[in-house]
Amino acid sequence: MKIAVCIKQVPNTEARLRVSRDGRWLDEEDLPFIINESDEYALEEGLRIAEKTGGEVVVFSLGPERVKEALRKALAVGAARAVHLSDPAFLGGDALAAGRALAAAIARDGFDLVLTGSQSDDVGYGGTGSVIAGHLGWPHVWLVMGVELEEGNGSAKVTREMESGVNEVSRVRLPAVLEIQAGLNHPRYASLKGIMAAKKKEIAAVTPADLGLDAAQVGEAGSRLEIVSVSFPASGKGAQMMSGDAKAAAVALVEKLQKEARVL
Amino acid sequence: MSNRVWVVLQHREGQLPRIAWEAAAAAQKLAASLGVKAEAVLLGSGVGLAAADVAKLDLAAVHVADHDALRVYTPGSYIGALAPAIQAAAPAFVVFPHTYQTVDYMPRLAQAVGAGLLPEITAFEEKDGGLLWTRPVMGGKLQSKVRVKGEGTVLVSVQSGSFPADGVARGEAEVKPLEVDLAGVQPDREILGYEEVGGDTVDLTKADVIVAIGRGVGGADKMAPVEALARALGAEIAASRPVIDNGWLPRDRQIGSSGQTVAPKLYLAAGISGAIQHLVGMKGSSVIVAINKDPGAPIFTVAHYGIVGDLHEVLPALTEAILAAKG
Repeated sequence: MKIAVCIKQVPNTEARLRVSRDGRWLDEEDLPFIINESDEYALEEGLRIAEKTGGEVVVFSLGPERVKEALRKALAVGAARAVHLSDPAFLGGDALAAGRALAAAIARDGFDLVLTGSQSDDVGYGGTGSVIAGHLGWPHVWLVMGVELEEGNGSAKVTREMESGVNEVSRVRLPAVLEIQAGLNHPRYASLKGIMAAKKKEIAAVTPADLGLDAAQVGEAGSRLEIVSVSFPASGKGAQMMSGDAKAAAVALVEKLQKEARVL
Repeated sequence: MSNRVWVVLQHREGQLPRIAWEAAAAAQKLAASLGVKAEAVLLGSGVGLAAADVAKLDLAAVHVADHDALRVYTPGSYIGALAPAIQAAAPAFVVFPHTYQTVDYMPRLAQAVGAGLLPEITAFEEKDGGLLWTRPVMGGKLQSKVRVKGEGTVLVSVQSGSFPADGVARGEAEVKPLEVDLAGVQPDREILGYEEVGGDTVDLTKADVIVAIGRGVGGADKMAPVEALARALGAEIAASRPVIDNGWLPRDRQIGSSGQTVAPKLYLAAGISGAIQHLVGMKGSSVIVAINKDPGAPIFTVAHYGIVGDLHEVLPALTEAILAAKG
């Protein structure tokens, strides 16, 4: 099977975050970027399916120059080639704009399956994969916890996570877009050989014109949402903070829990 | 475009979950800001009971699409019913509860009808003649203020716990059929069944004291101080999602939107940053203690007591202090 996997490069949520000077997003200086968590699982699932069925994975990503690092990492773990929606016109878009551009890039080539993560850890719209599916006219499933190909049947048995510990199991005809939930598999690490091989693999840069799209249909210009500002929630609002070293703080907390909260 | 505000209410076997009432409350507030009354939409088969419940709210109408093709949810069938209805009525906003089902089909519905997509809002305010929406970014570490540009319908989902369900205004609404032709509605996946996850399940809802750990614990081999503290407190051990995904604890120990919802007397969260998906599962606890090395972690916004520090230093100290206090 020929599989398209969409990955996004996002700031590491564990890193120390600072708001940018204009207040509209994060200060990206010294900010570490990683492949979005659920996208790593989508990539791994794509590689496993490609290995089993004798196919290949083509990895797609939308974003600025730094995204090449994420694409190179995907190539190092086994993707055959990469497509980079690198034109500045693509940037700053919402899920509808990103999905429109990625769908147009995917449609230039024939794929049997598209895999994405379920949600980005930065803006977290959780809709890009479904929007891609809408443009391609393929079925989609969001929050996928299991994929079982039914070869010869042209379908897959797909497990979707629902609330409160229940999963939905359904049969989906292929081609389809599956939006993978973190935890589905164990993503592999790149080998030294893979890292060396990745240096020779192609990363094709595409522009809106290459995809038959107008610059006004993509990125910030093609979006309905505009982030006006970001801020940290008021820290410790209502929480009484115990100060001192670990021991002093622990003793103070136990006293509060005994005498004030009366839960010990 | 009209000024109408719709709210699509998710239900299961005639029952509306709390988050559906919260979405109704949000839609009422949004409609009031536009000078109109909200309208509810119910999809399903045999939804009479749910419709009668919703008709007791202060709404302009309850539109019901009651058809066998909508008995089981699939994105194809729900979009098949809602897309033509939204295109015909062109409401300004269609509000949804932010559930996994909503996220499964709302983005594609937006794409299908050419609407704006505004997921997971926690608040909105009127500003400079327009609306300014609040939604979490970076896993809830930051909040963003978002504006909607351009013309046309906007689909909005409302995060759990943002608009109190008991704030929903009571009244009387007329129940009528949703004006849409349902004859051609088709599922786009064949539902084979539903399965319970886990098998042997621990019922964390019965625990009086819970010690919950997050990614900050660092590994399955680093649980000893957590276990010691749980023993000292007589507590059950639970976790946030990353711990489960890494296989450090079994899935039946997960708290949050995809795990269990608990409200014990004491909830001690260690190494949990407090993504909204976790907070919705525990913020009803009577007393919440948070221990995290990041003073900016969102968990401190819901905690009653907090300690900034490494849990591997704080938990052993806490265990010792508890044992000493108990004599």
